[in-house]
Amino acid sequence: MKLELAGITKAFGPLVANDRVDLTVEEGEVHCLLGENGAGKTTLMNILFGLFRADAGEIRVDGETVHFRDPGDAVRKGIGMVHQHFMLVPVFTVAENIVLGFEPVRRFGFLDRRRARADIRRLSKEFGLDVDPDARVENLPVGAQQRVEILKALVRDAQVLILDEPTAVLTPQETEALFKIIRSLAASGRSVLFITHKLKEVLAVADRITVMRLGRVAGRTTPAESGEAELASMMVGREVELVVNKKPAEPGPPVLEVSDLTVVDERGLKVVDHVSLDVRAGEIVAVAGVQGNGQTELAQAVTGLTDHDRVSGSVRLEGREITQASPRQRLRAGIANIPEDRQADGLVLPMTIADNLVLDVYDQAPYARLGARNLARVRAGGQEKLKEFDIRASSAELPVSTLSGGNQQKVVVARELSRPVKLLVASQPTRGLDVGSIEYVHRRIVAERDRGCAVLVVSSELDEVLALGDRVAVMYRGRIVGIVPPTTSREQIGLMMAGVDQGAKDGAGEAPPAGDGERAGDGDRP
Amino acid sequence: MSVVELAPSDLVAAPEGRVVTSARVRGMGAFLLALAAIMVLAFGAGVPSDAKATFLLSAPPAIGLAPLVMPVRWVSIALAVVCAGLGAALLVRARPRGSYLTFGAGVTVFIWALLAWAARGNTLNFEQMLAETLVSATPLVYGALSGVMCERSGVVNIAIEGQFLAGAFLGAMIGSATGVLWAGVVAGAVAGAIFGALLAFLALRYGADQIIVGVVIVAFCTGLTNFLTEQVLTPYQATLNSPSTFSPAGIPLLDKIPILGPVLFYQNVFVYGAAVLLVVVQVALFQTRWGLRARAVSEHPRAAETVGIHVLSVRYRNVILGGVIAGIGGASFTIGSIGEFSADMTAGLGYVALAAMIFGRWRPFGALGAALLFGFSISLQSFLAVLNVGIPSPFLSMTPYVITIAVVSGLVGRVRPPAADGVPYSRE
Amino acid sequence: MTTAAAPPEETLSEQGAPGAAPPPWWLRALRWTAEANVAVVSFCAIVFGLFVGAILIVVTTPATLTAWGQIGSAPGHSLSVIFSTLGNAFGALFTGSIFSPSAVGHAISTGQGWAAAFTPISETMVSATPLILAGTGVAIGFSTGVFNIGGQGQLIAGAIAATYVGFGVHLPLVPHLVLVVLAGAAGGAVAGFIPGILKARTGAHEVIVTIMLNYIFLNLLNYLLVTPPLQQPGQSNAISRTVPASARLPHLFGGGLRVNVGFLVALGVAAAAAWFMKRGTLGFEFKVIGANPSAGRTAGMDASKATILVLTISGALVGLAGMSTLSGTDFFLSSGYGGNNGFNAITVALLGRNRPLGVVLGSLLFAALSTGGRYLQANTNIPLDLTQVIQAVIVFLVATPALVREIFRLREAGAGKILLFTKGWGA
Repeated sequence: MKLELAGITKAFGPLVANDRVDLTVEEGEVHCLLGENGAGKTTLMNILFGLFRADAGEIRVDGETVHFRDPGDAVRKGIGMVHQHFMLVPVFTVAENIVLGFEPVRRFGFLDRRRARADIRRLSKEFGLDVDPDARVENLPVGAQQRVEILKALVRDAQVLILDEPTAVLTPQETEALFKIIRSLAASGRSVLFITHKLKEVLAVADRITVMRLGRVAGRTTPAESGEAELASMMVGREVELVVNKKPAEPGPPVLEVSDLTVVDERGLKVVDHVSLDVRAGEIVAVAGVQGNGQTELAQAVTGLTDHDRVSGSVRLEGREITQASPRQRLRAGIANIPEDRQADGLVLPMTIADNLVLDVYDQAPYARLGARNLARVRAGGQEKLKEFDIRASSAELPVSTLSGGNQQKVVVARELSRPVKLLVASQPTRGLDVGSIEYVHRRIVAERDRGCAVLVVSSELDEVLALGDRVAVMYRGRIVGIVPPTTSREQIGLMMAGVDQGAKDGAGEAPPAGDGERAGDGDRP
Repeated sequence: MSVVELAPSDLVAAPEGRVVTSARVRGMGAFLLALAAIMVLAFGAGVPSDAKATFLLSAPPAIGLAPLVMPVRWVSIALAVVCAGLGAALLVRARPRGSYLTFGAGVTVFIWALLAWAARGNTLNFEQMLAETLVSATPLVYGALSGVMCERSGVVNIAIEGQFLAGAFLGAMIGSATGVLWAGVVAGAVAGAIFGALLAFLALRYGADQIIVGVVIVAFCTGLTNFLTEQVLTPYQATLNSPSTFSPAGIPLLDKIPILGPVLFYQNVFVYGAAVLLVVVQVALFQTRWGLRARAVSEHPRAAETVGIHVLSVRYRNVILGGVIAGIGGASFTIGSIGEFSADMTAGLGYVALAAMIFGRWRPFGALGAALLFGFSISLQSFLAVLNVGIPSPFLSMTPYVITIAVVSGLVGRVRPPAADGVPYSRE
Repeated sequence: MTTAAAPPEETLSEQGAPGAAPPPWWLRALRWTAEANVAVVSFCAIVFGLFVGAILIVVTTPATLTAWGQIGSAPGHSLSVIFSTLGNAFGALFTGSIFSPSAVGHAISTGQGWAAAFTPISETMVSATPLILAGTGVAIGFSTGVFNIGGQGQLIAGAIAATYVGFGVHLPLVPHLVLVVLAGAAGGAVAGFIPGILKARTGAHEVIVTIMLNYIFLNLLNYLLVTPPLQQPGQSNAISRTVPASARLPHLFGGGLRVNVGFLVALGVAAAAAWFMKRGTLGFEFKVIGANPSAGRTAGMDASKATILVLTISGALVGLAGMSTLSGTDFFLSSGYGGNNGFNAITVALLGRNRPLGVVLGSLLFAALSTGGRYLQANTNIPLDLTQVIQAVIVFLVATPALVREIFRLREAGAGKILLFTKGWGA
């Protein structure tokens, strides 16, 4: 099936997300759509999939113009999509998720679960997508959830499969496995539209490449014609430094000492498992790992955001026990926290930039006295921070929701670094940002380190971990499987992310911890 | 996701996620021990040793059983031993599995002793008490099912109370005016549907806050029915507000079963209707395509949309159907019970029904259990008032409300509602 | 909630073309009236509410029903009956709540009867007093994302506490009144604290808990009213003792006008609340937690503590409302004390969009509706409940500005977006 997008234009208010975008995907090809965050890739795919309506332009399938009013229309025309945020119902089983909207039924609308199971087994065998139809999706590792998403499209006989940033949540080895699946899909005559901002992957898997920048097509090429640097400058519009410039670390005494830390989640499952870790003044410790292996919970336990009754072990800041301290006590003691999800945890979107900049010190001098806020001071302080942190806004009195993702993140960074900081905890500090903002945030983090601050960075982007970290701690299933220098090969760190203990590679993926056997369909063995 | 720490049997992660901790189980055990102490001290030692309580166990269609005569003190002490045993078991084992069943058994034993104590030197029509439990639970079942219908599509329906009032009002009025009771049922359903549609319209089309709209619908229905009662029903009481009522009809043979026969099989159509509806909704929700889609919409509407399900259509349909169910439940207050409509007659039971739904974890059969519990507390309160046990009647009247608070704040534990419940949905 | 749409870039487009003169003020004023800003939406909602009220009167009043029947044979007569009924009804609403032109005319021409001329407006202020207090309390809860529907219970709790202190303590006027006021606040605070602590500790949703507490306090009142020491000695009725003069809020004017110091207290509380939410550090914390509790937590705020605190404060203000009617006009408690005030507090908070000034205006409006409604009931036999229907309709529309925009064909307004939201069960 041949798919053409011609002149697609879509605006959200004043923002033009797609500007006359043309894209052609031939039958049986792997087509990569490359662009940085905010370039308009996801918007384009949502239009193709019938979730958004384009303002102008048309979609053609095998030369025939089609109009998709909703995803159902797109599915009927043979288009399948694996979304960046999985479109799976966590409390449903794999089978229920796969057949949803496409259910085999018996009389009176009763579900035919047996047939659903059989269909799934057949397809998963055909394409090597190993999943248990009866497992509950919320109990599956992300890699398996992704296979469920792919099966969902295949059950509906998708001829064009869109994969939106599919590798963000995978280990390098899982990524390799996914590429194998992609190639077998292409070999079966299906087309794959692979959306990413990672250059290495594009070069590894694409037949042809379309690069997007600021809502427009910035270029078309193939892996044979263009190398990494060329693709990067096409994507960003200028020469890009692919590395973070930093001097060697000069570590001082330990600032953060985590010992034997265990965290259980609300269901009583152990998510951080006897972790011990030191971060010293003037060094960056980067925590690597596939998302969902306890890094988030580790960061939360350090910043005090976990209920105390779910934490055991000890956390110390400059030798002082803070395990039982509240988040406020910790931040007053000098811990800064850049949370993973800035919109959910970092900012109050309807409030002004100035108010968001004092969210942690609103009741302190000079912003308040005797329970009364000094609004003039808050405003003036906000205006100063705009300049100091290069936040692009005409006034600090605007709602923070009017800012771009990059500038929103700068607001969080500005707030956290505006008080005396001894330890900076930064979770996914550059997720979803454009290259300019990424560079800025990285520079700021390195500057904090050079000032003598201890920095704990959590990131699922291996590139970021290797660029920023002075030491790299790899987490797998709640445990730190090893702490290695950032010069370690990607392949080895990848193996560690998949749970292979450093120096004990023969145990690859075997001997899961006790109780693991209960998790049906646990299929993420590398 | 990570590693299971506790042995599987230590953790009851029920499908919709009720987490029972060992601490909670121990709390239940301690509570049962306290109940046992009360039983010994108040119901046992506190009564003359020769006091007897009589429970009547038979009613008309059933095969008669002799009344049960019990020496209050000894029965109380014997039951206290059972209760203490159950409590000790919970304390020692502290295993969540089956803890609710054990706890429920303990409380049941306590209530038995309480009734025996209340009926000392007197006669309690136990049969009738059970029957009234079922009758009181019936509107709650309709209300809770209405809540299930709405919330299993992702819309919070806090307007059940208003739909009850509207259904009760219109049911009485149409039933009375036409003289056809079934017309009253239909009218009640229509009244409920109208306010379900209003909720859906404001919440889905305009994205209004569902809880606010719900509360205002209740205010509107309260004001409107009060206004119309005074303005229209009172002047024409004889024609517009004097409906007859559905009388109980026995199911042949089954209603002859001792004790349970008259309770379960000698009731009016509203009770039978509730039973049928319960099964239908339960099966439809978990076994059919319709239910799968509705639940998907309530959990992850965007995922549903991406597989071609029309989120808003599903929600409109469910919320209006939920209104129909609540409206029929409302009609049961008038034409299923006392006939005439009076202002504010639902007395907050719409909210109690909502609590029953939560207690039942958004499942019809679960809600039934909760509704029976509330129904029992309502009938218990009226029987204790009749037996004149020395508890002031306002305190007895509080019982259902206090139990509701206990249920939503402690007994249920943390429950997990459908993930997208109450969250407005828009595509872009 | 996932937002698939990319957030807009820093787009701060200049208003209008550079160099173009701004339109004259009258044109802007005219445009302002055609856009869906807060004031216009509220006004349209009120108009629509009254319109629904008019329809209800027309379709239920016996006189107009008869007239409908004759619309074929004597259309002129029918229409005049219908319009005169409506005219009388709305005239009564106005006369009963603002002033009666004839009474004012009489006072002007004779110099006598000024008190009578001011009675309606005084009564409106009396009715507004508890609404302002309770509405402000509910509004503070709303801005913190807490939905306090327990107004009725908290109001009763406040009134009970105030009554005890009223008849149980013997002091001179000023200290006694201060104690009574504090007792009212304390009673309400306790009733607000219960759902607060339950929500913070167990996650019990405040909507259900507060509603159940309404019924519990209602029953508690019923019990206390027939039990010493609250019951009026020598009475078998459910009536409390009467509070002495030293526990009564003094009237502001003479001549039998009932408006009292309570009204000033209410205005003062509203002003204090306005300051608190805008300038107070705690108010800021409340707003942050209302808008995004997890961001508040990340920034070191304690959401559970704020929930408990806000429900307690909210309850205290509602308790003051219970005190204000007891010490201002009623002087004793009886069954059903407080009427719909607890519930109407929610509607005025919504109408006032959680701003204390808005609550004051909304309260005056709803107070006028209910005093007018009582006059209406006395004069035309149209039940007072009509005003509750009108209020509900108004709030429907206020909570749904998009609908008002469609009904009245207003343009979308940039500012004045109404931020009202509650949390689902999980929160």
